Amino acid sequence: MAATRAVIGRRKGVGKARHEIGDTLLGRTFRVYIPVLLFIFITLFPFYWMAITSIKSDSELLDHNRNPLFVIQPTLDHYVLLLTKTAFLRWSLNTAIVAVVSTAISLFCSILAGYSLARLRYKGATAIGWGVFITYLVPPTLLFLPLAFVVAQLHLFNNYLSLILTYPTFLIPFCTWLLMGYFKGIPRELEEAALVDGASRLQAMTKIVLPLALPGILSAGMFAFTLSWNEFLYSLIFMSDQAMKTIPVGVTSELIRGDEFFWGQLMAAALLGSIPVALLYSFFVDYFVAGMTAGAVKG
Amino acid sequence: MGAAVRGLEARGLMGPRVRILDREAPLGYLLLVPLLLLLGLFLAYPFLFGIWLSVTNAQIGDNGHFVGAANYQYERSDTVFIQSFANTITYTAVTTVFKLGLGLLMALLLNQVFPAQRFVRAALLLPWIIPSVLSTLAWRWMFDPTFSVVNWVALHYLHLPSVNWLGTTSTALVSLMIVNTWRGIPFYGISFLAGLQTIPTELYEAARVDGATRFQQFRQITLPMLRPILVVVLLLSTILTFGDFTLPYVLTNCAPYNSTCVLSTWAFQIGVNGGYIGIGAAISLVLFPLLSIIVAGVLIGLRSRD
Repeated sequence: MAATRAVIGRRKGVGKARHEIGDTLLGRTFRVYIPVLLFIFITLFPFYWMAITSIKSDSELLDHNRNPLFVIQPTLDHYVLLLTKTAFLRWSLNTAIVAVVSTAISLFCSILAGYSLARLRYKGATAIGWGVFITYLVPPTLLFLPLAFVVAQLHLFNNYLSLILTYPTFLIPFCTWLLMGYFKGIPRELEEAALVDGASRLQAMTKIVLPLALPGILSAGMFAFTLSWNEFLYSLIFMSDQAMKTIPVGVTSELIRGDEFFWGQLMAAALLGSIPVALLYSFFVDYFVAGMTAGAVKG
Repeated sequence: MGAAVRGLEARGLMGPRVRILDREAPLGYLLLVPLLLLLGLFLAYPFLFGIWLSVTNAQIGDNGHFVGAANYQYERSDTVFIQSFANTITYTAVTTVFKLGLGLLMALLLNQVFPAQRFVRAALLLPWIIPSVLSTLAWRWMFDPTFSVVNWVALHYLHLPSVNWLGTTSTALVSLMIVNTWRGIPFYGISFLAGLQTIPTELYEAARVDGATRFQQFRQITLPMLRPILVVVLLLSTILTFGDFTLPYVLTNCAPYNSTCVLSTWAFQIGVNGGYIGIGAAISLVLFPLLSIIVAGVLIGLRSRD
């Protein structure tokens, strides 16, 4: 691992450019540009389809004879209906509250635990580190039935706490693991110098280590927020009250009635519900990529 | 770090450090308390409780009593369970192969120079970050039996026959795998890209001087250097795919005729919709040994490298 880290250090700032001698424009077109365009097309088509569906009138949606790839008379009816006739705004608020609070709790626990496991030496640290890793083997799919009992015992059905307290079970292991990688990468001398100068351990941690690990913390936070924003299984089971649903649950339960799908509104909701995370990533994609590697290579 | 510490040792300045080490233990445990509390109450306890539930005849509103291995014996003769088990493995194995291959291809492409690179990278990450319920709904609409845009394009532009994607037992599972692959590629692609960027260019330059072909460079430099990331990505992705509930639930929810059930959706059907919590818990617990085998396999693969 040390070798890998040294390599990373050396490669930092080195451009990715690798134009080879004899590399013609035609060659690059077939080797790079066309495949990239294909990837983009396949990746983005479902989003195009969401967008175009959401601005079609119902009559246009159900017209077999027209080309479905384009819209003749765009309309915002589906958006208006979604925002006024359903509780979509309330679901968005619920989703945001749950995502923000569970992310904050997860980050708090993971920063403390990650620092402890990566930086402090004491009996059992390795075993606990492995224990956190092993929780990967217990995904929500395995836990949802007994967890429903626990939530019932605590009388938390249709309460934000049911999600705020259970989401960290799948957020904390990943965040802790990612942050451990980051903390390990910060030179010990920096911290030791502060200790020699009379700082306490906690001061050394909050003043020296945490600021340096900020990209990792940001990346873990983004990851946790996205997973909470997207979560489906727990909220499906714990939130049955119309006003307490999150976006994914509200959309699937209220805009699909039996066999009837309100496609216009469904796609409008899909687009609106995706915007927050899409925005987040468009701003911070580089942090995210950097965080992923730090966790993966050093962890 | 070594040099500084050795310097301290040489100058006999290790005294204060030892005292600090003494204090590391209480602080270390203290910092773990919030994590242990949350994971203990909402992960370890429900897990153990789930094992207990799986050997009871608990139903909704009834804690049930001990029935031994009856639930597991019942599963053994349940054809839908056997189908779900097989589907889970097929679903994970097939999609992993495609995600791995296409993800690697995506990373190699993104590592090249082309215009609007940052935009392309963010755009290609989209399927993986947006809520899978919402993107899966879009796919469900694209696979609609009467208004499928995939069929429309296939018919009008490519003159291919229409496919009832989600309606037949032979195509529904394939549809699930297509959507899962679409959603999963970016995770592989972006992680591999991050890995590619840590490979020093000098390695390639040296190889080129020695006359290595592009394929040889890939085999001898790229793949070995990507291995640590590959192992981690593979591990996370297989665990997530094995336990995937959202996508199968939203796209087909076991239809048609329970042919696309996976362990997660079948456990939900039995445990939540049917109310047989004991049997449902037993079904989802089957995931545990499966996941353990995979994780052990991946970790052994990781060890053999060092």
